[in-house]
Amino acid sequence: MVGAACAHYAARAGLSVTVLDRGPVAGGTTGAGEGNLLVSDKEPGPELELALHSSRLWRKLAEELPAAIEYETKGGVVVADDATRLAALRSLAAAQSDAGVDAREVSGGQLRELEPHLADGMPGGVHYPEDAQVHPALAAAHLLRASGAEVRCGEEVTAVLTAADGAVRGVATASGARLLAPYVVNAAGTWSGEIARMAGVRLPVLPRRGFVLVTEPLPRVVRHKVYAADYVADVASGSAALQTSAVVEGTAAGPVLIGASRERVGFDRTLSVEVLRRLAERATALFPVLGGVRVIRAYAGFRPYLPDHLPAIGPDPRVPGLVHACGHEGAGIGLAPATGVLTAAALTGSAPPLDPRPFRPDRFPDPCAAPDRRPR
Amino acid sequence: MKPRRTTSPARPRPTPRDVVGADPGPAFEITFDGRSVAALPGQSVAAALWAAGILAWRTTRGGGRPRGAFCGIGQCHDCLATVNGIPNRRACLLPARPGDAVTTQEGAGRADLAV
Amino acid sequence: MPTSPSDPHRDASGEHAVRSGAGVFDLVVIGAGPAGLAGAVAAGELGLRTALVDAAELTGGQFYRGPSPALGARRPEALHHAWSAYADLRERLRHCPAVSHLPGHHVWSVVRDPGHADRWTVHALTGPDGTDRAPVRLAARGLLIAAGAVERHLPFPGWTLPGVVGAGGAQAMLKSGLVLPGRRIVVAGSGPLLLAAATSLTAAGADVPALVEATGYLGYARHPGALAANPGKAAEAVTHGGALLRHRVPLYARSAVTAAHGRQRVEAVTVARLDRRWRPVPGTARRIACDAVAVGHGLIPQLDLVTTLGCAVRPTADGTHAVATDRSLATSVPTVWAAGETRGIGGAAVALAEGELAGLAAGARLRGAAVPPARTARLRRRIARLRSFADAMAAVHAPGPGWPEWLTDDTEVCRCEEVTADRVREAAADLGARDTRTVKLLTRAGMGWCQGRICATAVACLATRYGASDAGPAPDRRPLAAPVPLAALAELPAESGPKTAEPT
Repeated sequence: MVGAACAHYAARAGLSVTVLDRGPVAGGTTGAGEGNLLVSDKEPGPELELALHSSRLWRKLAEELPAAIEYETKGGVVVADDATRLAALRSLAAAQSDAGVDAREVSGGQLRELEPHLADGMPGGVHYPEDAQVHPALAAAHLLRASGAEVRCGEEVTAVLTAADGAVRGVATASGARLLAPYVVNAAGTWSGEIARMAGVRLPVLPRRGFVLVTEPLPRVVRHKVYAADYVADVASGSAALQTSAVVEGTAAGPVLIGASRERVGFDRTLSVEVLRRLAERATALFPVLGGVRVIRAYAGFRPYLPDHLPAIGPDPRVPGLVHACGHEGAGIGLAPATGVLTAAALTGSAPPLDPRPFRPDRFPDPCAAPDRRPR
Repeated sequence: MKPRRTTSPARPRPTPRDVVGADPGPAFEITFDGRSVAALPGQSVAAALWAAGILAWRTTRGGGRPRGAFCGIGQCHDCLATVNGIPNRRACLLPARPGDAVTTQEGAGRADLAV
Repeated sequence: MPTSPSDPHRDASGEHAVRSGAGVFDLVVIGAGPAGLAGAVAAGELGLRTALVDAAELTGGQFYRGPSPALGARRPEALHHAWSAYADLRERLRHCPAVSHLPGHHVWSVVRDPGHADRWTVHALTGPDGTDRAPVRLAARGLLIAAGAVERHLPFPGWTLPGVVGAGGAQAMLKSGLVLPGRRIVVAGSGPLLLAAATSLTAAGADVPALVEATGYLGYARHPGALAANPGKAAEAVTHGGALLRHRVPLYARSAVTAAHGRQRVEAVTVARLDRRWRPVPGTARRIACDAVAVGHGLIPQLDLVTTLGCAVRPTADGTHAVATDRSLATSVPTVWAAGETRGIGGAAVALAEGELAGLAAGARLRGAAVPPARTARLRRRIARLRSFADAMAAVHAPGPGWPEWLTDDTEVCRCEEVTADRVREAAADLGARDTRTVKLLTRAGMGWCQGRICATAVACLATRYGASDAGPAPDRRPLAAPVPLAALAELPAESGPKTAEPT
């Protein structure tokens, strides 16, 4: 998705763009996610600014792209299940409001009006009307097609070519092709660290695994993206250990999607029954009506995680011509348009619409010391 | 094994029951959309409906088209039926019980949950 | 099948609920068809504490599927071949107290026991259709996967009409429920199952106005060695052929049902001749009236569990995948064996032999049981002979590349999600879906209730045809082998202890 957005905005800026992917379109994290375009789960700061800008760009894209991308401004509802969490949520929402987010506190009674199947006894929550959703794979495919870029799927980059002065000259691929270009954009998601390594720099992108449960097709049972207040804390945590919080939402096609788990276990797709148990437990606690609903599919995806939870966007000062657009963790679909715009600005030398400095790709200390040794 | 044919003069055509020499207990009644259907002990809901000439007991979510049993072994889920008010029962696996009320399942079968 | 009264794993209420800690089976056999039944009996007779798990009420699987005892069938064998082998095994199971037969168990996942690296946990739902509120976990030191097969289907216009059913489905409904989908049933597709289906349908009183086979039967003649080594198979084919002749069933070779017609149910089919690539030959279409169609293109191995377990698979002669094993039928994952159709479509005789061999191998590995080498050698010879015949048949009946030409743009390929051929084409040709998985992602084909178990072959063929897929499609990953109620997942006991975290 991020690559498609970069291609789209770069091509729109008049550049000639070729997109390479070793797999199919949406073959990585894009195809494994729910397609969230969220402002609600972000604390005030650079990521929220990126999300707010993206939110506006998505509204425009939804007008330009076919309805098949299933863009829906369904809104998010964050639910607190006790007074302590509600207080924390309230202060987060207040800070978000100050940063320009439309965040509306709702009482327990109003929660049930928003989500009639929500469990009894929830003291309150916050409604975020700006949260939206797309079908991530279809959105990426249609955006890529609309970009007009040359798309070469199934073509794996095996080397980043550099000139004697160290500047990027292009890439070589597994088929033996050499594509020459003054700029290479690294939008390889969870695998971006490898591309960076090919260019001789370190970018500590790590996979953070998540499982999603997909239910049988249902009518609209859940109207918004609904999640428990502890989700925000899980997103912001750097722990490698398993964290689960309920994230429940319906889809245009019928199934309800249930997340979200986070754990750093490498690229291991092995089914974890414990993760499924926790997701089911938390989802049925929010929506007891789902207890009798069957899960027909479960799958794992890998979020491209950087230690400070911010993406790497922009030129890499260590390798002239190398531009990164990666490391969006679980928010890549939502953050893609603004990332694409920032990338296009970097490529054309035009003024960026927001401050790109917090996303500097060389912000991580290079020594081999582990980037993430926070106590758990 | 060689199939033995047990045909009576009045009915020249054998039936599946004849072929295996079935001697089931007395038939009982289930209903399909309110209409009475006879089922034999040991038959699935789908088998009882087939025996009554009923091949469809579900309509699809998208096109609203009729469907019934297809794979017959519980894999395809085309035979989903609402039985005694509970949707999404695989009729080809579910034994028929006396008094079962089978109703045509429309779409996801859970319109009651829609908000 | 009664479970042995001495079964240590049955609790006082008669439930089969085996909670963690209640006991560890030496071997859990998944699937009680010919392979699983033979495997469980062989292992049990060597003294292994064995669980024989199957979704159905009775042993026998699909091949030996019989009517419920309540139907009082005196001659269930009348609709079967080689029943005596099954009857013998059933009798041995009855006298084998080490084996617990657990019917009505729908296995939804098999995972390594998080607390014991050398044990497996088998998760199952219970009840005839898996909706009882009593999920079960079994602990096992070894697994024998004998999960059987599902029928291969190639869509055609009208195949979703009521009255169009799987050939295997018609057989299953007849054998178990003693019912027919109609009185005038066209049997179509490809493979030896069609002969068996037409024979039993006519024996049960149906008219079969056409038996439509996409290949020429002459294909077998190209593999005379294998055929000569399997006189039993040849005799079986002759028996079927004779029965069909007696019932005056018209045979249409090198032909296919290219459309089914009707409004609320099927009323007629179009049958057309096919060329060698299975393209319909213009001008050969004819309309045949019927009130049902039994259609199927052979079987494909059921690989959900072995794929999730990480067992290596191999491509088969007819373009699908089967689990790979060594000569003792051990998969690439230690203490997991596989037998029967999961190893490649081979029929009941090979399944019986492989089940026995796998059961013996598990006994030797898990309990150090002494197995007479001559018995093993005899089984291996038999398996080799039967497999060579099966592979020849599989190659003969592999779908030709031209079958999609009988599709129309609006033919539904995925029955669950009502995804048409045109949308699959768009995803593969226009939207950059280079593999089957992405086609599914972009179209929802294979994303519905059956999770692609019916349409996966067709979607893969179409994706390739329309420009996708550079590599052979790997078997679909289906971590959930059956739909599971959220409540059943939520009520699983929590795993204690922290998950191991990745060292960074």
